[in-house]
Amino acid sequence: MATQRKAVALISGGLDSLLAAKVMLEQGVHVEGINFYTGFCVEGHTHAIRKKDKAKPKRNNALWSAEQLGIKLHIIDIIEEYKQVLLNPKHGYGANMNPCLDCKIFMVGKAKEWAIENGFDFIITGEVIGQRPMSQRKDTMPVISAESGADDLLLRPLCAQNLPETKPEREGWVNRAELHGFSGRTRKPQMALAEKFGFDDYAQPAGGCCFLTDKSYSVKLTDLWASRGKRDYELDDIMLLKVGRHIRPKPGFKLIIAREEGENNFLQGYKKQFITLMTMSHKGPLTLLDGEASEEDLRLAAQIVARFSQGREAPSVDVQIAEKGVNKLITVKPLPAEGILPAWRV
Amino acid sequence: MIELDARRLMCPMPVIKTQNAIKPLLPGDKLRVFCTDPGVLQDIPAWCRINKHTVLLAEERDGEYILTIEVGNE
Repeated sequence: MATQRKAVALISGGLDSLLAAKVMLEQGVHVEGINFYTGFCVEGHTHAIRKKDKAKPKRNNALWSAEQLGIKLHIIDIIEEYKQVLLNPKHGYGANMNPCLDCKIFMVGKAKEWAIENGFDFIITGEVIGQRPMSQRKDTMPVISAESGADDLLLRPLCAQNLPETKPEREGWVNRAELHGFSGRTRKPQMALAEKFGFDDYAQPAGGCCFLTDKSYSVKLTDLWASRGKRDYELDDIMLLKVGRHIRPKPGFKLIIAREEGENNFLQGYKKQFITLMTMSHKGPLTLLDGEASEEDLRLAAQIVARFSQGREAPSVDVQIAEKGVNKLITVKPLPAEGILPAWRV
Repeated sequence: MIELDARRLMCPMPVIKTQNAIKPLLPGDKLRVFCTDPGVLQDIPAWCRINKHTVLLAEERDGEYILTIEVGNE
């Protein structure tokens, strides 16, 4: 009896990786999933912050995919290591701050390391030639195989017939004739295959899975680096870029103003790390001040916060400023609407 | 009973912490995870189901979400 071969599948939570893993399972390969958490993944956390989103809890699609496939899923925290990928991408960025090609190379390389450590034979991904403009092109596919170190142990079951044979095919671990030759941006072949396999509740095809592909998020990230004079970040930094209104009235500090109760609750967790502002005479949002502020700056910040409170039309608003456990109360006149300059909004 | 503090972490970090905490445990051992992200009520049970662990109890107490897990035979 032939040895059952083992493949580790990169599972993003999207349709392509789900199908790629299923194609391997259909060929009798033992498959386990691996999912990398960079800190920028759309899956997961942000849905839990805003109160309006809590009524419709969002599933983690990578976990959902694994459950549909009946395979194990290993979720790996790569937040620290990923910094080098984002900060110094050899192949550059896409339309925003997305280093897609370097990211894929890094993840396939990590999957290869995992495969070796855990006695797996090869790696599979849901990549399709021409599906994505940066990382899924005919000319970049060999780059990923080579620079990740996976070489011919990297198999793309959905487009393998358009690519040179890999070791799993040559050695007969998988049957090349039963792999696929998908290409281009059309999703029809994937949808047809999903229907054949009975998957009807999969995540929206071709949906972005990374905040770095988002223009608004990328602008906030570059603003953060510019204000600090260095390109670096911690997990809290990148989490906070997803929350609240970001207003930078001066180069030295930025305000993160909660937009609703869920964000208010989330920002509460950061009170010890930041100067916080809260309107006391009127209901208003919790605000974090990121950076350094003089007395004059604090007054301006309080006027901005008052503008976003229910006292925006009042002649004066009391604002509590808390820093390192010391509270002080100041009374300010809220800025008028036109006082919040468009250039301040990050 | 082993306890794991995953407060203030947003999913999938509590899942990752749970996964790593369970790794050295034996079948039948119990782990209690304390979280503040309500997303754990979907994500940790899903992770447990695919990895053959059992969520014995999932409760909300004072704004925290507490899950008690029994380690299965992986």
